[in-house]
Amino acid sequence: MTAPRTLYDKIWDDHVVHQAEDGTCLLYIDRHLVHEVTSPQAFEGLRMTGRKVRAPEKTIAVPDHNVPTTLDRANAATMTEDSRIQVAALDKNAKDFGINYYPVSDVRQGIVHIVGPEQGWTLPGMTVVCGDSHTATHGAFGSLAHGIGTSEVEHVLATQTLIQRKAKNMKVEITGSLRPGVTAKDITLSVIGETGTAGGTGYVIEYCGQAIRELSMEGRMTVCNMAIEGGARAGLIAPDEKTFAYCMGRPHAPKGAKWEAALAYWKTLYTDEGAHFDKVVTIRGEDIAPVVTWGTSPEDVLPITGVVPSPSEFSGGKVDAVKRSLDYMGLTPGQKLSEIAIDTVFIGSCTNGRIEDLRAAAAILKGKKIAVKRAMVVPGSGLVRAQAEEEGLAQIFLDAGFEWRLAGCSMCLAMNPDQLAPGERCAATSNRNFEGRQGRGGRTHLMSPAMAAAAAITGHLTDVRTLMGEMV
Amino acid sequence: MEKFTTLTGIAAPMPLVNIDTDMIIPKQFLKTIERSGLGKNLFDEMRYTQDGAEIPDFVLNQPAYRKSQIIIAGDNFGCGSSREHAPWALLDFGIRCVISTSFADIFFNNCFKNGILPVVLPQEAVDHLMDDARKGENARVTVDLDSQTVTASDGKSFRFEVDAFKKHCLLNGLDDIGLTMEKASAIDAYEAKTAATRPWA
Repeated sequence: MTAPRTLYDKIWDDHVVHQAEDGTCLLYIDRHLVHEVTSPQAFEGLRMTGRKVRAPEKTIAVPDHNVPTTLDRANAATMTEDSRIQVAALDKNAKDFGINYYPVSDVRQGIVHIVGPEQGWTLPGMTVVCGDSHTATHGAFGSLAHGIGTSEVEHVLATQTLIQRKAKNMKVEITGSLRPGVTAKDITLSVIGETGTAGGTGYVIEYCGQAIRELSMEGRMTVCNMAIEGGARAGLIAPDEKTFAYCMGRPHAPKGAKWEAALAYWKTLYTDEGAHFDKVVTIRGEDIAPVVTWGTSPEDVLPITGVVPSPSEFSGGKVDAVKRSLDYMGLTPGQKLSEIAIDTVFIGSCTNGRIEDLRAAAAILKGKKIAVKRAMVVPGSGLVRAQAEEEGLAQIFLDAGFEWRLAGCSMCLAMNPDQLAPGERCAATSNRNFEGRQGRGGRTHLMSPAMAAAAAITGHLTDVRTLMGEMV
Repeated sequence: MEKFTTLTGIAAPMPLVNIDTDMIIPKQFLKTIERSGLGKNLFDEMRYTQDGAEIPDFVLNQPAYRKSQIIIAGDNFGCGSSREHAPWALLDFGIRCVISTSFADIFFNNCFKNGILPVVLPQEAVDHLMDDARKGENARVTVDLDSQTVTASDGKSFRFEVDAFKKHCLLNGLDDIGLTMEKASAIDAYEAKTAATRPWA
């Protein structure tokens, strides 16, 4: 009998091509996702050495970081010259190397981490990499998925493998159920608030427990997406009937006998009873409140009912970091979080740009008007956008005063024209509140789509539960 | 990739915790399709005003640290985005070694692919080196990869751990794609096997 194994152990074991005596492994990569920002130097490296893409059929590219999301983007003049060159380079590289490609003009274009699952490229038990830290998203399917640098992108293009050492196993269990108004985003931010941004360093996290099982696939992707913000190499959730139902019928999911064989394999993908975890964190689902970030690190998280903390509440190097954060954010210790005025609302990103996120925001916005200077919704893909239009969500956003954009990464990292001005304060559903992330001097508060919608209609950070008619 | 054997150079103190890759190289500089030329924009928003003038207080703008080759940093250096532009910018500026109590995983790996040595040391050692670095350009720190030691200007020495394979590649400046391609037959065999066991993949 083999020793009980974790889900991570099982996926790892099934992908080891070669193991050296010192434990360094060559790991096979099933899916390689590519975008325009972190790939040009890798393709150039292949050209310079005369190498080919080893498995173009397992390589999928889509431009997302740079692309304008305004409705006039078909006009190339809306892009800066350097952005245009980068997207054109991806067009050319996809063609020259024969890889799967969704150009800007394709309705299936969108954020790479939304397109992969949507098209059925991401499947349980696979290894998935991309030159992007939010590749962790795909872990929601029980696939081992993580970000890599450009040198590693080149390595995967050339060899379909990565040189890796195995990480340690960490379990994050969310017991019980979530309370009304609390979402997957609140789970993932609360976990980072508890463990810190380096709490997962050296680990692969498996999220489990009743509250995780009760999440939709969209919610699970939100949770795993931010595993990287907790420092983990990857986040994983064991596949179940919801996972299989999501995958079935997707364009690149297996069909017929292959589907049956895949399903039989996928059902073996769970952590065995008694398997060892090197670190365990348990949080009661009912203890999680709607949260917001107040600082410039994703670990700077508090329930919306809280107040801005004082640097004196921290220790070590964090004291100076908090002083710097509060200065950057223009906040005063003791200030109520719910009284912080907001200029801009951004709903979108690979964290919260899926249909369920748009439904949650629209449910709060229906029949209301925004009380902020500007608000935008950027769907995660062209197909999410189309579905939201079909469901009438787009009209709710437009009626409320939101801009209804085309798909892309947009203001999550502000590489395209969607940026904050210095001092502009944004309620964002994205994943990073770093200094300058959404534009130099821009101030970011991270939260769920429902919370961002609540801020949009009141003009300040707001406990969404007060708008849901629920007593807190 | 340039080899890393030993390095004696000026160390810049950057005690801030959680220095992320957006700080190291902001997104507006990711639109390049080349690896070189990013050094002038290293730490851009901490280093320059909006008008492009140098911010005198920033450590790498101070006369003693303008030619730093080593950074002594607070916890969790390199967190956030996977952008390899961060080590490219460090390297282009002239930084060959970063010393901290901890690094984010992707940044840590990216360093080794670019001839930069990230060194993890306990808090007390980092504190000692941070104090040493604050002495300015006369405080030269020596990093010896072969013996796995960092030596402060006062002669105090600290031993660090490093993965044997990564050390080998760095000491010899090896391109690991070439090394992996030598194992092509193992990759062929793996693909043949999984074509039968996981034909959907």
